[in-house]
Parts: sequence; C-alpha cells; structure tokens
Amino acid sequence: MSGLIVRHLSAGYSKRQVIRDLSLPAVPAGTLLGLLGPNASGKSTLLRAIAGQGRSSGQIELNDEDLNLLSHAKRATLVGYLPQSLPGTTSLVAYEAVMAACRAVQPNFREATVEDAIESTFDDLGIRHLALERMSHLSGGQRQMVGLAQVLVRRPQLLLLDEPTSALDLRWQLSVISAVRRMLEKSRAVGVIAIHDINLAIRTCDQLAVLDRGEIIASGLAANVITPEVIARAYGVSSRVETCSRGIPFVLADGTLG
Amino acid sequence: MENHSARYSQAAVRPAGPLARRYAVFVRVRLAILGLLALFLVVAFTLDVFTGPAALSPISVINGLLHPENLPGPVRYILFNVRLPYAIMAVLVGASLGLAGAEMQTVLNNSLASPFTLGVSAAATLGASLVLVFGLASIGLPQEVIMPASAFALAAMAAMLIHFLAQTRTNGADGVVLFGIALVFAINSVVALLQFVADADTLQQIVFWGMGSFSRSTWPKIAIVAAVLVIAFPISLRNVWKLTALRAGDAQAESLGIDTNRLRRNVMLRASLLAAVAVSFVGTIGFVGLVGPHIARLLLGEDHRFFLPGAALAGALILSLASVASKTIIPGLIIPVGIVTSIVGVPLFLSLLMTRDRRI
Repeated sequence: MSGLIVRHLSAGYSKRQVIRDLSLPAVPAGTLLGLLGPNASGKSTLLRAIAGQGRSSGQIELNDEDLNLLSHAKRATLVGYLPQSLPGTTSLVAYEAVMAACRAVQPNFREATVEDAIESTFDDLGIRHLALERMSHLSGGQRQMVGLAQVLVRRPQLLLLDEPTSALDLRWQLSVISAVRRMLEKSRAVGVIAIHDINLAIRTCDQLAVLDRGEIIASGLAANVITPEVIARAYGVSSRVETCSRGIPFVLADGTLG
Repeated sequence: MENHSARYSQAAVRPAGPLARRYAVFVRVRLAILGLLALFLVVAFTLDVFTGPAALSPISVINGLLHPENLPGPVRYILFNVRLPYAIMAVLVGASLGLAGAEMQTVLNNSLASPFTLGVSAAATLGASLVLVFGLASIGLPQEVIMPASAFALAAMAAMLIHFLAQTRTNGADGVVLFGIALVFAINSVVALLQFVADADTLQQIVFWGMGSFSRSTWPKIAIVAAVLVIAFPISLRNVWKLTALRAGDAQAESLGIDTNRLRRNVMLRASLLAAVAVSFVGTIGFVGLVGPHIARLLLGEDHRFFLPGAALAGALILSLASVASKTIIPGLIIPVGIVTSIVGVPLFLSLLMTRDRRI
C-alpha cells in the first residue's frame, strides 16, 4: 500500500532502550498521524528512528520501500525530519539557511528548481517577509518556521515533525499545521507529527497514537482514542472529553491524579 | 484582533518581487566585497615587496621584477631571495590560517576556535623544539625536513585530541575551547622544560622559532605551503553547503542526512594540516586564524561560499599588512612578524568581539 508502515520497531540509546516492539497504525498517503504522550514517552525517539537516526531495529516501509535498506543520503531525500531543537542563531539569512538545506541534500537540483522551491515554501508558510533577515535577528518562533521551511523545501515523501508548534503563538500554530496539511495533500506525502496540544491534534490530525513509556496505548481515529481513561493512563490527569459546538471532541484537564 | 491580522497581513505583503532576485543583490554585494578584499591584498602584497631594510626604490623594484637580468647581484638576491619569498609566504600562511580558523569555528560552533587558541600552533612549536633539543638528525634526514615534519606531527595530534573531545561533547562547544586553552598551557610548560635543559644556542633557536618569522622562507617551503593550500581549498569549497547547513544546528544538519561526525573529523584534519604546515615553516603566528574569520563573518555573513574565501583573503591581508608593519615599525630592523600579529591582534580581536554583539 502507499503510505507509511511501522512494525515491531525498537529503538533507544546504547544503554537504555526507549521503545520496544512498537507498531503504528498504517498511515495512508496524504494523511497526518499525530503522536501524543507525556514528556519522555518516546515520541522523539520514535521519530528519530523512522528518520534513520540513532540505533533502531524493525520494519519501516514508505510506499512499499524498506527505508532501512536505503543509504543515508537517499533516505534524506525521501524523509524530511524536523528536530525538536530550534535552528541556531547564526548570521545566515533565512533564505541561505533554507537554500543550504536544499543544496546539501539535493546537490544535483538545478538552480532554478531550488529557487522556485524556496520561493513557494516561504509563501506556503507565510514567512516571505523573513527571507532576507539574519537568523540571529529572528524570534524563537520565527526560527522554528525557518526550520520547518528547511524541511518542506525538499518536498519529502515522509514528513516527521517533532513539536513544530512548540514556540509558536496561536495564529502561527494554525498556519503551520494547515501549510503541512496542504503539502501532504498536494504531494501525496505522509506526515507524522509529535504534538503536545491535544485539542489541536484532535482537530488537525487524521489519526492519533498515544505513547506512554515507549508503548502505544491507544491509536486510531480521535473519537476512539481520546477518552478520559487513556488520558489518565498517559498523563496522570483527570479530564473530561466534551463535544464542542461543531461536534468535535475537546479535552478539559481537571487535575492531577495520585 | 483587527490590529493583529492587519499586522500579520501587512508583514506578509510588504516585500515585492521574487525572493531569488532580491537575494541576488546580496550575492552581488558579497562578490564585490570579496573583490575589494582581493584588491586590498594586492596592494598590501605590493607594499610588502616594496618595503624592507635595504632601501630599494619602488621603481627599481618594478624594473628589477620585469628585467631581473639587468640587476646587480646583491639587489637581485634581496629581491628574489628575501622580499618576494617573505611577501608570498605572508600571503600563503595568512590564507591557510584564515581558512583553517574559519572551518574550525564552523565545525566546533565556536567563534573562539582557531589553530592558535586550540593549541595546534603551540603543539607545532613543541614539535620543532623537540627536534632542536634532541637533534633527531641521526635518522639521516636534514633538519630542514625533520623540523617541519615533527611540528606537523604534533600539531596534527593536538587537532585529533581536540576533535575527539568535540565528538564526545560532554562539555558542549565551550568545553572544547577551554580544553584548547588547557592544552596551550600544558604544551607551553613542556616547551619551557625543553628550554630549561637546552644549551644557550638551542634556547635562542627555540625562542626565535616561537616568535614566528618569515626569515626562513625559501622557494621549496613556499611550494609546499602553496601545494597544501591549493589541494585543501577546493575540498573546502566542495563542502560549503554542508558547512552552511551545519550553522543552522547539529540536529538540523543531521536531519539532512549529513554525517556531522565525519564532516567534523574531515574538516579538523584538513584545517590542522593547513595550520600545521603553515606554522611549521614560519613558527607561531597567533590571531590571524582567529581574526581573519571574524572579519570575513562581519563582512560576508556565514554562507560558506563567501565566508571561506573571505576568511582566507582576510587572513592573507592581515598577515601581509603585519609583514609590512614588521619592517617599518623600527626602521632598518625586521621584527618577527608573530610579535606584530600578537600586538595588533589582541585589540583588534577585542574590538571585533564588541562590535559583534551589536552587529550579529
């Protein structure tokens, strides 16, 4: 099938295994899977493992291609991974940072191709006005947008985003997610996004998976996944799941448990 | 709310025209700055050839360069065995140190990194001192060959030690520079010990070597330094995109499929080769590898397509000017150029550090 399949994945560091024998629901092309879970539940490790970073074993297939069989460089052309850390404050202007990301991965692209890709990426994200600013003059949220542009500019078939909205205000959170969704639909790519805001995830992801201590404790459609029991188990908080005026569930956290 | 959306949409609409075209202006300005740096370097080089204790007029120098066969013997000797080798060596060593410093600063993500501050230069001094004191000439090679070879070997070892530490990165990038400083102190104490056991003649040679001077420049040495630079520079240029991507962050570069550890190792090897070869022929010349990249960064930013050539040009320019100064500060006397770069380098570096906070 076209899409992402992750089965029996184990990953971690040399001394500590973070996730063991983990399987994700199949993610069809053009859709977005949201990864929820408390801090240190293994979301970042999972994304890094799919991106091919760190030690891991298991089955990772993208559009029927086994990613583990690909070279580092070839995998980087297919997979766009946005790390959780923000891009650094350098004297590079945003345009250069994005161009370098494109050139370092795709050295054979023609100049015009690269220029077009950069242009449309800045437009898609609505950050055209930042293109010629030095990274050191940008705010954390703005640098996060540039970091995302570095990933999107390469038009990857698999997008792995580790909390791309952590430094963003409300408006930019929504515009980032909708830019990602547009790109997924346009290029029939697969997206996996680690995200802390449960309500944002419910509204914007096609499927959700909840991680707790390296295990998937619930996965599938939001309505089936998001229950007070799952939230209590993952986050240790008591909560209510209600329905908003548009019929979409939303979560109200009431207090910590135990 | 309305204010808010007005602010956002205004910001999104303001710039006109394709980004590529507007960025091209950036590129043109940077190329012009590189051109200016090259022009200044030519001027500084010319001045360097014109100045010296032997009072040759500029006209006689030019005539001598154009028609060497008409020159009287001593003047020809001064021109072709002193002035030209000095001036060319200054350009080559300055460019090597500038390039090495720039690459080290990028891969260690620390603008205080340079062959001098990381102990590569000090290690070269130790290597040379070892040969001077223990006279390893018994292996059958002339001292001319053994001394640079030994200086290079120790400089490369220091660079590998630093690379190893940078790789473990338990102390972060600052830890690497602190380690470099510790290494400088440690090596200097060993050199001091060697100086203590050396006889008077050797002691003088060690001290003089440590000062850094072009007086040992010969055409074969120039050829070696030039060859290393000519080989290393294109390899550096092949990595410009990776190095630029690395400036956005380690995790970012790794997510691009760049093997950052390998990149770091290769760059440190290449940079230490450049620095070690340069200092092993001319002795310790500090601050050029530190200040050159700083000037290039202020003028050109950190797109390595411009930053690396700019750092090489700036290093060459600084050392050429320092060479001119070393011949003119005390008329009739050539001060070791390493003394000049240290005297000028410290205030220059401090002022760059202060302007950096404003500009970057």
